[in-house]
Amino acid sequence: MAECHPVGFQWVMEAKKRGAKIIHIDPRFTRTSAVADQHVPIRAGSDIAFLGGIINYILESEKYFKEYVVNYTNAATIIRNEFKDTDDLDGLFSGYDPVTSQYDTESWGYRGITEVAAAGPKNQGTKVSAESAQAGQGAAQRSRQGSAIHEHELHRDETLKDPNTVFQILKRHYARYTPEMVERVCGVPQKEFLEVCRAVTENSGRDKTTAWVYSVGWTHHSVGVQYIRGAAIIQLLLGNMGRPGGGILALRGHASIQGSTDIPTLFDILPGYLPMPSVDLPKGLRGYIDSMVTTEQKGFWSNTEGYMVSLLKAYWGEKATSENDFCFDYLPKISGDHGTYQTVLDMMDDKVEGYMIMGENPAVGSSNGKLQRMAMAHLKWLVVRDFQLIESATFWKDGPEIATGELKTDEIGTEVFFFPAANHVEKDGSFTQTQRMLQWHHKAIDPPGDCQSELHFFFNLGKKIKSILADSTLERDKPIQDLTWDYPTLDSGEPDAEAVLKEINGTYLTGEKAGQPLDSYTDMKPNGSTSGGCWIYTGVYADNINHAAKRKSGSDQSWVAPDWGWVWPANRRILYNRASADPQGKPWSEKKAYVWWDSKAKKWTGHDVPDFELTKAPTYKAPKGSRGPEALSGNDPFIMQSDGKGWLFVPAGLKDGPLPAHYEPQESPVSNAVYPQQANPTRQVYKRDDNLSNPSGHDKGSEVFPYVFTTYRLTEHHTAGGMSRFLPYLSELQPEFFCEVSPELAEERGLRPNGWATIITARTAIEARVLITERIKPLKVGGKVIHQIGLPYHWGVGGEALVSGDSANDLLGLTLDPNVHIQEAKASSCDIQPGRRPVGTALLKLVEQYRQRAGITVNTSNQLLSPKKGES
Amino acid sequence: MKLQFREPGINPAVLSGWEDAPPRKGFFTDTSICIGCKACEVACKEWNHVPEDGLEWLGTSYDNTGSLGASTWRHVAFIEQPIAKPASENGIASNGSANPDFRWLMSSDVCKHCTEAGCLDVCPTGALFRTEFGTVVVQDDICNGCGYCVPACPFGVIDRRDGSDSAKNVGIAQKCTLCYDRIGAGMTPACAQACPTESIQFGDLDELRVRAQERIELLHQQGNKSARLYGEDPNDGIGGAGAIFLLLDEPEVYGLPPNPVVTTRDLPEMWKRAGAAALALIVGLAAASLKR
Repeated sequence: MAECHPVGFQWVMEAKKRGAKIIHIDPRFTRTSAVADQHVPIRAGSDIAFLGGIINYILESEKYFKEYVVNYTNAATIIRNEFKDTDDLDGLFSGYDPVTSQYDTESWGYRGITEVAAAGPKNQGTKVSAESAQAGQGAAQRSRQGSAIHEHELHRDETLKDPNTVFQILKRHYARYTPEMVERVCGVPQKEFLEVCRAVTENSGRDKTTAWVYSVGWTHHSVGVQYIRGAAIIQLLLGNMGRPGGGILALRGHASIQGSTDIPTLFDILPGYLPMPSVDLPKGLRGYIDSMVTTEQKGFWSNTEGYMVSLLKAYWGEKATSENDFCFDYLPKISGDHGTYQTVLDMMDDKVEGYMIMGENPAVGSSNGKLQRMAMAHLKWLVVRDFQLIESATFWKDGPEIATGELKTDEIGTEVFFFPAANHVEKDGSFTQTQRMLQWHHKAIDPPGDCQSELHFFFNLGKKIKSILADSTLERDKPIQDLTWDYPTLDSGEPDAEAVLKEINGTYLTGEKAGQPLDSYTDMKPNGSTSGGCWIYTGVYADNINHAAKRKSGSDQSWVAPDWGWVWPANRRILYNRASADPQGKPWSEKKAYVWWDSKAKKWTGHDVPDFELTKAPTYKAPKGSRGPEALSGNDPFIMQSDGKGWLFVPAGLKDGPLPAHYEPQESPVSNAVYPQQANPTRQVYKRDDNLSNPSGHDKGSEVFPYVFTTYRLTEHHTAGGMSRFLPYLSELQPEFFCEVSPELAEERGLRPNGWATIITARTAIEARVLITERIKPLKVGGKVIHQIGLPYHWGVGGEALVSGDSANDLLGLTLDPNVHIQEAKASSCDIQPGRRPVGTALLKLVEQYRQRAGITVNTSNQLLSPKKGES
Repeated sequence: MKLQFREPGINPAVLSGWEDAPPRKGFFTDTSICIGCKACEVACKEWNHVPEDGLEWLGTSYDNTGSLGASTWRHVAFIEQPIAKPASENGIASNGSANPDFRWLMSSDVCKHCTEAGCLDVCPTGALFRTEFGTVVVQDDICNGCGYCVPACPFGVIDRRDGSDSAKNVGIAQKCTLCYDRIGAGMTPACAQACPTESIQFGDLDELRVRAQERIELLHQQGNKSARLYGEDPNDGIGGAGAIFLLLDEPEVYGLPPNPVVTTRDLPEMWKRAGAAALALIVGLAAASLKR
């Protein structure tokens, strides 16, 4: 966190000053480790074993927060008899189909409930793109919809003794995650592991809370979603959700990744996590809504139609009427995975003509860099909007494939357009950061030269397209012709960013308040009388005030600081904060009081905006047949879940299991010590010549790639370098690509300090300067010493930046998490050799030699189901 | 003979003739909470238009800056350091490898703005001067690049700028000004403003000394016995620094001299002796001539 989020880290240092204990679990020793109370080096890719070990410790030593667990989680809920766990099935859950490599999740359901709704429309499953997984919350948001599950329908055992309760299943599932197992899998000595267990449990409960902080690296695994789930189980068991100082804090890669999922740049969601319409759904708005919301929908998704119609009104204004389904059919429909990696593979196969890259540098920042660059050479046109001529804009003349002869400039037909972009001080706008906080930034200076803001670019692009299509009679052009596109412009010619914010907030269209901003998303109506661009943002412009621009000093307001920026939804700082009070509505302790039931005033009150209906008493029991918020009882704090409870066990909505189970990465130098199943049996693999994998585990040839490498960022640079490698003051701080290796590995391979090393995988070989450091420690994993290599991924090959170098991401292949299609970028295997890599065709030869030595084919490591013992 | 400057605790601005001098300003750099982000280095360069200082990879931990100099006025040192702790039963330390426990020290170094400043003492042009805030600043339009100040600094801070003739202030002595232009306008120096953890604190030196004392006492209470203050003692060889530090180990570990002494401290004595010698010589010569 200190490494990549130094400004946010000031609050960790502040907490430390006040006595908080900081534990850092990371394969390498970073700037965070330097100031942490304890650093725990762990083998990259083994985190679920570690988290599972903590869960086991909590359950075995009965350190869970019993009252919280019984009342606020689904611990007491009874799961169907048909459910079989990984212990019985060699590492698989019940329902696995070896032909499709997918789970039928029916057996994971609650007993007595026909269908547990989870992740949005049932037939859309959980197809979320990689970017939304980057954003972390994308997937979580989607799993919030669901039919009402009323308590009287559920089978529950609040003594938690029934063997089919979630609690007992959890206990059995994690029984094998002992401290010995943690040591064997993660390379973390038991003593050190138990110190973490003690610290976490001793600092949780009525008086104390523990927070888990992760960065997007946690999502960069073929089991990424289950990493986060592991932390969620710990936090629910310890009562650390919905309470001050608790939670799971997702740190993002860019200043506004949260914003880019809330109002998405993603293929499968619309603003406010409304699912993108799909060709699979019944036709029309009704079909879309019915696929998501049942007549007895519980919680705040029940007004989905109001949110959707308001969005359609924002898009198509007066053209959107109840007669024409509010122009619902103008929306494009998705027909499968259109995520970033699928798109690149489609480019490779000549299915994509044009590509627009904005604020990304896939030639350097995306996995399998060669595939990225080769694919772009298949395009007809490419638009790059960035501050500088990044490698993605110049790959056709100075990329690594030009040097190897795999691409020839005069044979590339891609027409590349470069548009210089304005930066954040050169335009008005907002960031939405990881706390869901919108913060407004005001333009300080004009952008230089031809640089433009996104707003300016898209507004004018839209106007041009509209004028080109103005006279078209084609049906397909109607959505563009009818689109409202009338933002007021300032004297500078720049569209008024506040007008956009106001549109996002939403407006009354009829009645006495017509033209005024909405106050809350509960004002949104399905009859077309309101508009709003993103329901969860409603309120940010209430009373015609830009609440995102609030900057009242912390010392001039309460400690919750409601007047610092604006947090969605409803300026609520902590979600599910009903859980900060006990079932009777009293704070768990005075020290941790946050939101509570005022029995005299008969309403919820507290330091934050309560995340609960204000006048719903803690004793309220939802009546039979109720729907919407009414169907939530007074002790259902997790108001977006179909049963109002925090899910220790996920009955529906995940592709790879209801509970996190440890699987090895796609490429690992060790076999899975926990189950016979080596890797996630539902991971997304691509059997292609341009995406080969190293042999893994005990497979023949895996000894050719004996080391683990992990990629990461440094404080001095920004992701793929577009914002840092072109600036002298940042470039001079970390001018060259280097690898971090332990003295032991350096000795084993003859690497010399400050010399060069060549790192090889099935994809390619790259070179890096050698930084030998005791900050990287060899780990003992299952009796074997495992060396890890650290690779910062900021550099790329190109002629425009002040500093360049090989890109660490070129080493990675594409293997994706099945839930969110995010790549496994944080744990892979490799070889390392002293000296510089060969150049030209000799480089290709070297990689080919490695492939042959390891016997690599397109099938290597891509058999999803591990062979049973005795088979191979 | 006791020198005027040796009066501990006196504001050097007053001694330099500033009337109604404001309280002496300085830095307190608390390295125990430094996270090595180098925001201080970048903010300093941005504000003061200090040029890039070489795109060289040094291979010394995460430090590619190397040292303070004419084009580096803040420098974050990174020290990777094993800490000797009792090994566990089999001789392997608790972290499971043969390495003993380990720490990574980070410290943002800067000009000390000495009470007795050698650079200022030797400057023949008056380019170096004592500001009303008690800080030491080079006026680049007066400096003639003689370089006397360079060896006069006991910390190796000040230097003449290298570079092509077209670059700014080439050949001119350069160093931290404690953002003279900013503090004169009531602002915080750029480095302290940018520091996310308040490892770099700016303020009245008297107050910073108190804060530093409280902090060191707390660290000692917490068992961090090797933590110490650096540059805070007005009786040291430079009369105390205007930029004081809290270090977690001996100064040498950070590349700082353990007992810095202003290079000009013995000048008066030397002049006196030289004078006496000269006098003796004259007397001798006179005597000799008288004998003739």
